[in-house]
Amino acid sequence: MIDIFRSEWTKIRSVRSTVWTLAVTAVLMVGLGALVSAAAKGSTDEAIPAGQAAVLSLSGVMFAQLGMATLGVLVISSEYRTGGIRTSLMAVPQRMRLLTGKLVVFVGTALVVSVLASAAALVVGLAITRPASIEVGQVMEPLAGAGLYLTACGVFGLGLGTMIRHTPGALVSAIALMLVLPQVMNQIPGKWAQTAAEYFTTNAGMLVVLPGRDGSLGPWSGFGVYLAWIAVAVIAGAVLMQRRDA
Amino acid sequence: MTAIRATNLSKRYGGTVAVADLSFDVEPGQVTGFLGPNGAGKSTTMRMILGLDRPSGGSVLVDGRPYHELRHPLRKVGALLDAKAVHGGRSARNHLLAIAQSNGLPASRVNEVLDAVGLREVAKRRIGGFSLGMSQRLGIAAALLGDPEILLFDEPVNGLDPDGILWIRTFMRKLAAEGRTVFVSSHLMSEMAQTADHLIVIGKGKLIADTSVEEFIGRSSQGYVRVRSPRLAEVAELIKVGELHPDHLRVTAMSTLEIGTLTARAGIPLEELTFVQPSLEAAYMELTKDSLEFTS
Repeated sequence: MIDIFRSEWTKIRSVRSTVWTLAVTAVLMVGLGALVSAAAKGSTDEAIPAGQAAVLSLSGVMFAQLGMATLGVLVISSEYRTGGIRTSLMAVPQRMRLLTGKLVVFVGTALVVSVLASAAALVVGLAITRPASIEVGQVMEPLAGAGLYLTACGVFGLGLGTMIRHTPGALVSAIALMLVLPQVMNQIPGKWAQTAAEYFTTNAGMLVVLPGRDGSLGPWSGFGVYLAWIAVAVIAGAVLMQRRDA
Repeated sequence: MTAIRATNLSKRYGGTVAVADLSFDVEPGQVTGFLGPNGAGKSTTMRMILGLDRPSGGSVLVDGRPYHELRHPLRKVGALLDAKAVHGGRSARNHLLAIAQSNGLPASRVNEVLDAVGLREVAKRRIGGFSLGMSQRLGIAAALLGDPEILLFDEPVNGLDPDGILWIRTFMRKLAAEGRTVFVSSHLMSEMAQTADHLIVIGKGKLIADTSVEEFIGRSSQGYVRVRSPRLAEVAELIKVGELHPDHLRVTAMSTLEIGTLTARAGIPLEELTFVQPSLEAAYMELTKDSLEFTS
C-alpha cells in the first residue's frame, strides 16, 4: 500500500490544478472571513464575544468548500478525462487498492491545507474583531470543525467524481448537492420539509463550523449526518468503479 | 511458458458483439502481430488481457494468471494502449515516477527508460506539449519501466512519421530478440509483414488465422503465372486452363516451365512469363474481406 501512497502523492503534487484549487480554498477562507469580520466590527460599537468572533472569521467555508470539492472531483475525474486511469489500473489492477490510495493521500493533503487555511482565517478574523477575552477551547473547536468539514467536502467531491467520472458533471453535482439544494430545501415550508432540510448534506455538516438555527442536530451529530451522505457517494463510486470497464 | 493465453474470450457491449469466442496463445521470443480491420476487436481484447475490461465470457491469462492477480504487474507486463492518454499537465519525469512508485520500482528506472527512448532532454517538460511521436516514446518508456517479459502495443505506429515507424519497428524486434514476448496490434498488413514472426488475425471479433507469417501467405492465397503476349488469344486457346484478362492471362494450374514449353512448341512469342507471389497485403485482404465492418 505504501507504494500506492507514494505514487498518488507524486500524482497529486505534480499537477497545477492541485495548487490552484488549494490556493483558492485558502484565499476564500481567509479573505471572506476577514470581510465578514470587518463588516461585523464596523456595524457595532460593542465588543464581539469570542465565540461569535471565531464563527465570523470562518464564514469563508461556505465557498471554500467548493474549492476543496473541486480538487476531490479532479483527483479522479481528470484520470478518466485523459484516459490516464487505464495507466493507473494497469499499474494497480486491484481497483479498491487504487481508490483507497487516492482517498488516503487526498485526505492527508486536504486536511493539512484545510487546518492551515482555517487557522489563518481565525488569526486574521480575530485580529480584526479583537474580542475582549478568548479561551483556547473557543478557538480550537471551530478550527477542528472547519478543518474536518472542508476535508469532508473534498471527499464528497472525490466520491462524486468516482461515481460520475466526468469532470463537469461531477462538479455540477457537487455544487447542486452542497450549495444549491441545501438552500432550496431551507425555503420549503412545513415541519417535515424543515427536518429534511436540516439533515440535507451541508445543512447538517456545516453545523460543526457555523452554529445554525434551533434544530435537533448538534455540531457533531450534524457532521455525522454529513459523513453518512459522503459515505453513500464514496461507496456508490467504489461499487461502480469495481464493476465498470475502465 | 505461454505468455498470454486467451480461452473462449468474449465481450459484448449491450447487443453488440466485440469479441466472440476467441482462443489463442502468444509465445515468448517473437513478435506476434495482432491483425484485423478497424473495429475487429483488437483493442477490446488488449484491454481484457490487461484487466481493464471484464470479459463477458471465457478468460485470458497472463503468465498463467489473471492480470489482476499479479502483485507488481508492471514487472511482468508492459503495455502501450493510447499514447495520448496521459495528464498533459505533468512532466514526463513525474508521469513515469508515479507509475514506477506504484510498483515499487526505484526512481533510477525513470532515467534509464527515458534514456532508452531518447526523451532524457525533455524529461522536465509538460507532456501536453509533446508531439505524437514523443508521446509514443513516452508510452513505450512507461511500458519498459518494470523491465517486463511481456509487452503489448496497440497500434503503436498509427500517425507516426517514417522515422518514428522505423524506430518502433526496430525497437520491437530488439525486445523480441532479448527473449521477450511482444504482442502488437495493427490494421496494416504491410506493417506486420516487416515486424512480426507470427500472426493472429481476427475479424468481427472472431479468429481468422493463427499462423506464422510465411504460412499465412501460402495458405490464404495461391500464386499464379502471368502470361503476356502479342498473340494472347492464341495462348489462351493453347493453355485452356487460363483465365483471360484484357492484357494478360492468369494461370494457376501450370508452372512457368510448362507454359513456356507449350508456347515455344507452338511458336508463339511471349512478352512476359512470371510467377506472381501474392503480397501479404493481398493475402490479408483476401482473408478479411468477409469481416470488414464497412465495405467501401
